[in-house]
Amino acid sequence: MWLPWMEFAVVLAVMAVLTVPMGQWLARCFTSEHHTWLERLTYGTLGINPQEQMGWQRYGAALLLSNAVMMLLGYLILRTQDWLPLNPLEIAAQPPHLAFNTAASFITNTNWQAYAGESSLTNATQMAAITFLMFAGATTGVAVCGGFVRGLARSSSLNMGNFWVDYVRVLWRVLLPLSLLVALFYVWQGIPQTLNTQTLATTVEGARQQLMMGPVASLESIKHLGTNGGGFFSMNAAHPFENPTPLTNLVHILSMLLIPASLTYAFGSMLLQRRQGWVFFGACLVLFVGFLSLVFTAEQGGSQLLARAGADQQASITQPGGNMEGKELRFGIADTALFVTTTTAATTGSVNAMHDSLTPLGSITPLALMMLNCVFGGDGVGLINLIQYAILTVFLAGMMIGRTPEFLGKKIEVREIKLVMLSVLAHSAVILGFTALAALWPDASASLNNRGPHGFSEILYAYASAAANNGSAFAGLNANTPFFNTTIGLAMLAGRFLTLLPLLAVAGSMAAKATVPAGPGTFPTATPLFMGLLVFVVLVVGGLTFLPALALGPVIEHLQMLVGQLYA
Amino acid sequence: MKSSSSLFPSVSAAVDMATPTASNSSSWGQLVGSSVRAAVVVMLVTGIAYPLLTTGVAQALFPQAANGSLIVRDGQILGSALIGQQFEAASYFHSRPSATLGPDPAQQGASMASPYNAAASGASNQGSTHQDLAETVARRVTQYRMDNGMAAGAAVPVDAVTASASGLDPHISVANAALQLPRVARERSLTHEQVQQLLSQSTEQRTLYLLGEPRVNVLQLNLALDALHQPAVSAGAAKE
Repeated sequence: MWLPWMEFAVVLAVMAVLTVPMGQWLARCFTSEHHTWLERLTYGTLGINPQEQMGWQRYGAALLLSNAVMMLLGYLILRTQDWLPLNPLEIAAQPPHLAFNTAASFITNTNWQAYAGESSLTNATQMAAITFLMFAGATTGVAVCGGFVRGLARSSSLNMGNFWVDYVRVLWRVLLPLSLLVALFYVWQGIPQTLNTQTLATTVEGARQQLMMGPVASLESIKHLGTNGGGFFSMNAAHPFENPTPLTNLVHILSMLLIPASLTYAFGSMLLQRRQGWVFFGACLVLFVGFLSLVFTAEQGGSQLLARAGADQQASITQPGGNMEGKELRFGIADTALFVTTTTAATTGSVNAMHDSLTPLGSITPLALMMLNCVFGGDGVGLINLIQYAILTVFLAGMMIGRTPEFLGKKIEVREIKLVMLSVLAHSAVILGFTALAALWPDASASLNNRGPHGFSEILYAYASAAANNGSAFAGLNANTPFFNTTIGLAMLAGRFLTLLPLLAVAGSMAAKATVPAGPGTFPTATPLFMGLLVFVVLVVGGLTFLPALALGPVIEHLQMLVGQLYA
Repeated sequence: MKSSSSLFPSVSAAVDMATPTASNSSSWGQLVGSSVRAAVVVMLVTGIAYPLLTTGVAQALFPQAANGSLIVRDGQILGSALIGQQFEAASYFHSRPSATLGPDPAQQGASMASPYNAAASGASNQGSTHQDLAETVARRVTQYRMDNGMAAGAAVPVDAVTASASGLDPHISVANAALQLPRVARERSLTHEQVQQLLSQSTEQRTLYLLGEPRVNVLQLNLALDALHQPAVSAGAAKE
């Protein structure tokens, strides 16, 4: 069946086409000298001077402080939701550890939800806390990327720009207008946008059906454009009110990839090295297609468990076939596979199928993409992580040929490598360390929905998701316990800031260096060879770090599925 | 463009002379002050103004869709065109299995199976080595064959025996519908052609020939079947 491959090719082509104008717009956002009246009004309200230039420490401090206060505000709103309006079902305030987890989760762009939207939140908090934090976290990521790239572009400079200016511009020029337009498209397709909490229906057979709804479309658009991922409803983008048609599914996917892909172009544009931008885009695309093929083939091949139980998984013109447990029919296998790959590549974390029910080999794709965290990646942070790997690649290549490594005309020295390794190690230590802790923790196994290796995968997935600030889950895991809420909350914060801050320091350090003119001994990084080398380094470093854990989870599960081993 | 954003390829690299603002205690206070104000402003703009504005425009432009694409018959709200329902009678087409739970009326705080509970979307979240899943699917397969007069060992479409991700999936595959058709026709004393015609009308093809899957909206189909028997049905179904 060639139709799914055709669909994938078309979608990726559309994404590549959208990358160019969006990338140019983002580059202009980061470099333009002109402030609009609305932005000047905002600067006045915030009490900041747009001409102020910040070094990386001040930039980082502004980033941390603004995020900390926003997280606190979100926390307070969640803790007082029983006093706020729009609460006809009299839902109580979120308990402290859950509110902490939720606020931390949304400000770090993770959107891990240890709660079910329908029963734990009111329409007021879905707007004032959740939608707000979605914008807050996403804008931070994109703004920081702007500062980061600016740092790389400059030489002999101590400045990375102004965090507030970047922030305000991304908000007014990029995220808000796009979110509004996309939200209206979504409503047209059927996503509700109302202040009503519910509508009561009597089904054809006479049963009572309580249709929950609310301001879903406005949340849905920023959810994907901001690579956030937190669903209005418990089942996220599998819920027909969040993703009613294949067309909304397509727009979700394109929204998720839009900013991460465009930032590779914006990077190239700001450094006047378009080819370098395309090399990064290409590296991401290669990895993306590889993992997409894995999950699609595995899911279309179906699950042996279903085959043994008597289900017919053969694809035909009248049925999608494959492993349909935990999948929606309107998406079948192909649209689901594309969504699974996109959401974990772009570290969004919304789901249009239950990842816990994916076949074992299929589940390697979302896990690996989160562990690598650089295949397009989340808004802003994806490019930053990819450049981290690029620096590592240049360093390894330099060691192999016995020369001082150079990247973008700047020497890579001890300080940069230490900071890059700090970031790489923080990410992997958080994932593996917390997974090990949870595997030993006495009460943790009560939270598992699947026993055996799949249960281990549930835990591994949770911390990979938190560290990568993804937010999707093997949702069978009951993570709303003090142990998981606290450890996952900490993992999210560490995953976000222990990778962002060291790399911000790298950018600051690079900005301060003088440019070394390119000579005959310079290792060219805007070539297909470098692209291949970058992909290789990403896979090898990621593989060496995470393959043992993957072997304990999905690989063993696959072997056991083949022989029909079942766990109660 | 001023040289403050100096780009590197120029050989005489323009050195950025502007120094960063000196860090001292008053500027830390300034940062905190700006952060607090930023939090409030962003919350008001993105958390209140933007959703309310979107709601206003959406309700004006697309009222049906914005309110959930509700289906009304004889003045009563039957459900949504986008949300599935449970059908158990033999004279209706059956939806996909649903793993949603609901509160157990007998036991405070406990849950029980409550298919197509739109107040609590849910799925099984069971993987390929889960014993419960193996047993549940096997049971559904046997039940399906029995319900639809199929031989033991006949192929049952996978979507008919697996639970959807949301538990509210309104669609079934065309293969699934085709296998249920003889039973429905028999129960309603209709010819196969009559039912097939309604089935084709409720079948949606792939969007733009590429996206999605061919699918049958069960609620829409069952309402159409009821309309054959009952006169003067007003169905305010929204576009899908």
